[in-house]
Amino acid sequence: MVLEIRNIRKSFGALEVLKGVDLRVEQGDVAAILGPSGSGKTTLLRCINFLEAADSGTMTFDGETFSLDRMPRKDIARLRKRTAFVFQDYNLFRNKTALQNVSEGLVIARKMPRNQALDISRRALEKVGMAGREDHYPHQLSGGQQQRVAIARAIAAGPEIIFFDEPTSALDPELTGEVLAVMRQLAEEGMTMLVVTHEMSFARTVSNKVIFMENGVVVETSSSGAFFRDPQEERSRAFLRTVRAAEMG
Amino acid sequence: MINEHLAAILADSFWKILLPGLTVTIPLTVIAFSLAMVIAVTAALIQFARVKILRHLCRFYIWVFRGTPLLVQLFVVFYGMPRIGIVIEPFPAAVIVFSINEGAYCAEIIRAALESVPPGQLEAGYCVGMSYLQTMRRIILPQAMRTAFPSLSNSLIAMVKDTSLAANITVVEMFRAAELINARVYEPLALYIEVGLIYLMFSTVLTKLQSMGEKRLNVYTNREE
Repeated sequence: MVLEIRNIRKSFGALEVLKGVDLRVEQGDVAAILGPSGSGKTTLLRCINFLEAADSGTMTFDGETFSLDRMPRKDIARLRKRTAFVFQDYNLFRNKTALQNVSEGLVIARKMPRNQALDISRRALEKVGMAGREDHYPHQLSGGQQQRVAIARAIAAGPEIIFFDEPTSALDPELTGEVLAVMRQLAEEGMTMLVVTHEMSFARTVSNKVIFMENGVVVETSSSGAFFRDPQEERSRAFLRTVRAAEMG
Repeated sequence: MINEHLAAILADSFWKILLPGLTVTIPLTVIAFSLAMVIAVTAALIQFARVKILRHLCRFYIWVFRGTPLLVQLFVVFYGMPRIGIVIEPFPAAVIVFSINEGAYCAEIIRAALESVPPGQLEAGYCVGMSYLQTMRRIILPQAMRTAFPSLSNSLIAMVKDTSLAANITVVEMFRAAELINARVYEPLALYIEVGLIYLMFSTVLTKLQSMGEKRLNVYTNREE
């Protein structure tokens, strides 16, 4: 599986948020999209999963090429069944228990027999350390627990790639660890992931690829090691200096 | 003031008023409100989904039926329509007017409730592979109905009382029954208070049902008792 985005553009009114972005994710990659706020990272991820309609650009997914600006609804539905998305604010179904949150898509969208779906869902919850909380509603769970349920929901259907949109940004610092640990575990198992994040330690230690964005363009794409050791672009260096200064406090 | 004669009239009339309450007021309310819900959910979904043309029709319908008195609507249908050859029996005429009128109000309640569901819920539905309709049915509408429940219960209670207007188009419901008894025995103060108390009884039961229903629905909201 290879996901390739070419020349994606997106404007909101007069504001051009994506100015022709290219991106390539290969099987087993854990790619971190880094960049300052307002650089277009989240919009890029939302366009890739069609939550926003891009103005132009193409996507190649597993050998098939699509025009992002005029995607037939059928193709969108088909592609979404092969991917998963984890939101910044979890977006668990508020009227469903943890278990139902995971099984809902399997039963309703994929028409899986109920018992099989529940088995898979229980296993997914166990994997993210949420066994025993199957019958809790989202409001009965902490932010970190909700995000882990959301990750269980994402992995349950066996996606070929998972998109993460700042998965720890809404969490208190003491809760980010449990979510990052689950993501690290997925990475070790070879899950392909595209992660918009502000967590430098995650980008440095878990991801193998860094895509650095600023003002709607990709400034630099490197291996994670190279990006943090020896960034090629002046703007990447400036960004890392700011981040390090912030980390030093 | 309450002498034996008056006590006998009240005791005798209680059942004569309650009976049409059970056989006319309640069925009228239940049927009309059920139909109103069907109309309201449909009109709310059409507007929420911004269906072309139909949503303008919905706005027009709500504008007309919220903007004119219920009593006038009853008169137009029951006394007016025969002029163009449409003759409807009193009870069905009342059902039609009450359901269409109530549907207009409840459509607005449900539309507002749909809009109060965070957009992320729909996006999450898409991202687990569900279609718009599947997500509406399984995720958005149940949450919206939970939000709308207290307001809809309110409308239902109001409607029980409003069915007394059907007396004006010769439906013998509770109020008309009280009127007919009064015409014979002329005890307006006692009889109209009595019928008022029976309406209060009905409303009290509904209020009780509402709080029971809310408790059941509270399982997935974070409002503690």
